[in-house]
Amino acid sequence: MSDIKIATREAYGKALAELGEKYDFVVLDADLSEATKTKIFADKFPERFFDTGIAEGNMIATAAGIASCGKTVFASSFAMFAAGRAFEQIRNSVCYPNLNVKIGATHGGISVGEDGATHQCLEDLAIMRTIPNMIVINPCDAVEAKAAVEAAINHYGPVYLRFCRLATPVLFDEATYKFEIGKGIVLKDGNDVTIVANGLMVNDALKASEMLEKDGISAAVIDMHTIKPIDKDLIVEYAKKTGAIVTAEEHNIYGGLGSAVAEVVSETVPVPVLRIGVNDKFGKSGTPAALFEEYGLTAVEIYNKAKESIKIKK
Amino acid sequence: MDTREINKLNLMAYKIRRNVIEAVYNAASGHPGGSLSIAEILSVLYFKEMKVNPKNPKDPDRDRLVLSKGHCSPALYGVLAEKGYFPVEDIKTFRKVDSYLQGHPDMKGVPGVDMSTGSLGQGVSAANGMALAAKIDNKDYRVYSILGDGEIEEGQVWEAAMYASHYKLDNHTVFVDFNGLQIDGPISKVMSSEPIDKKFEAFGFNVITIDAHDVVAISNAIECAKNCKGKPTAIICKSTKGKGVSYMENQVSWHGSAPKKEQYDIAVCELDKKITELEELINE
Repeated sequence: MSDIKIATREAYGKALAELGEKYDFVVLDADLSEATKTKIFADKFPERFFDTGIAEGNMIATAAGIASCGKTVFASSFAMFAAGRAFEQIRNSVCYPNLNVKIGATHGGISVGEDGATHQCLEDLAIMRTIPNMIVINPCDAVEAKAAVEAAINHYGPVYLRFCRLATPVLFDEATYKFEIGKGIVLKDGNDVTIVANGLMVNDALKASEMLEKDGISAAVIDMHTIKPIDKDLIVEYAKKTGAIVTAEEHNIYGGLGSAVAEVVSETVPVPVLRIGVNDKFGKSGTPAALFEEYGLTAVEIYNKAKESIKIKK
Repeated sequence: MDTREINKLNLMAYKIRRNVIEAVYNAASGHPGGSLSIAEILSVLYFKEMKVNPKNPKDPDRDRLVLSKGHCSPALYGVLAEKGYFPVEDIKTFRKVDSYLQGHPDMKGVPGVDMSTGSLGQGVSAANGMALAAKIDNKDYRVYSILGDGEIEEGQVWEAAMYASHYKLDNHTVFVDFNGLQIDGPISKVMSSEPIDKKFEAFGFNVITIDAHDVVAISNAIECAKNCKGKPTAIICKSTKGKGVSYMENQVSWHGSAPKKEQYDIAVCELDKKITELEELINE
């Protein structure tokens, strides 16, 4: 891990601009290109960028029409307005006909910070996960974000990509990193408990495992960048191996990563799954660090839950 | 257009109507009213104007139609079957559990359907996307969409109208089926979308108002749209909901209900009579 911090939205914009040389796709945005970073692509490929104005539903259905003519389309907005406002366009115009539209949703989670609850989407992964044909990815750092964008281009069909506003540590080395849709990454092996995390919580999961290590507890850490399709085999393997699971996500505890992991475990290897996420609340204004503290999305919370899970495992 | 061609297009409109009744009767559900009102529009589009080939329904250079008011699928299936995309006989399987003819158009399952629609207001945006794709690729195919006068109460329609105008999508022509009725009653009572022509004008469209059941007027309006450069065209089509079946005409109750056996027999009798008349005229 380096000291460099890059927001995954920044990585998204740069990836589009870089991959735009290699792949033929078009990018749409709804008047947020400065913030979603699609402007980096727009500046380089103005003839392949189309602003739709502040009209997210129209943007998604337009993307569907473009895609129906054989093109790959990225449509970007904040997660709140992409997964939220345009849910039904995504469901009926993109996913039902299985069109090649990638939703680049930035500003996921409470790490949006000062803008507050209306702009902090904590429901997107749950909503997107329920739509047939949809792939749902929540990368944890800039390297993974870029790789996810390329994987989305190479996958035919709808993909929801969630990126964050906050600059966060780069965990991976681009030279060696390999991304595969639907395959979780074991960042650290362990025997006593497994921490399954995604997005910005992966870094905290690693920190928690170090804290546990000092207490003599061996914790595995899995980066589950793809929530759908979830890596069932890896979850089963680690449920068997460690007998206890803690999930950590920057999302409502309902419907996201924790739920997806619990669904697999309850039907295969029933072991305790303790979930960390935003506990069915709205966000609020504040610095990202203050909000992570207030909502309990910290390495300390993961550490505590891991210990608790070990106590109740059989 | 000569009289023979006019009669042929009218005949096709009545064959479409016959298919609508067959579909809805056999399904015991569906939307006959707004399907019957767009029969001439579909007849002119598929049998005079649109460059399409039923043997190659996915031809990337084809003209495209998006039935934004997707509940009128019986009319779309009716014209596609007549055009040869699938057997007319299959119309009877409409809405049945093992049929590919879904209640609302499914582009994955039905040859000739260019966009899956049904949720109102979305199809017109998708049609814009197709028109934009043509511009990006320097292709000269044209895109048509059909909206209902109730449908345009959806805000997304006006987002799309703004978009079509902003991006100068002169290859996209919007038809509005102005029959004056929506499920809950007359649009003037439920939620007036009028003045429709002035709204589209204000959004930067070339606007033409015609009689929806006059095939010559429809054809002329499409020609006018083709010749209009730099802006999209909206053709406001004043229509009779339920057109061609006497007891359905202008009756809101036939928006989304199917005829019973006796009613079906009357409809078939009326439509077949009209079809025979037109066939005789053509063969004279």
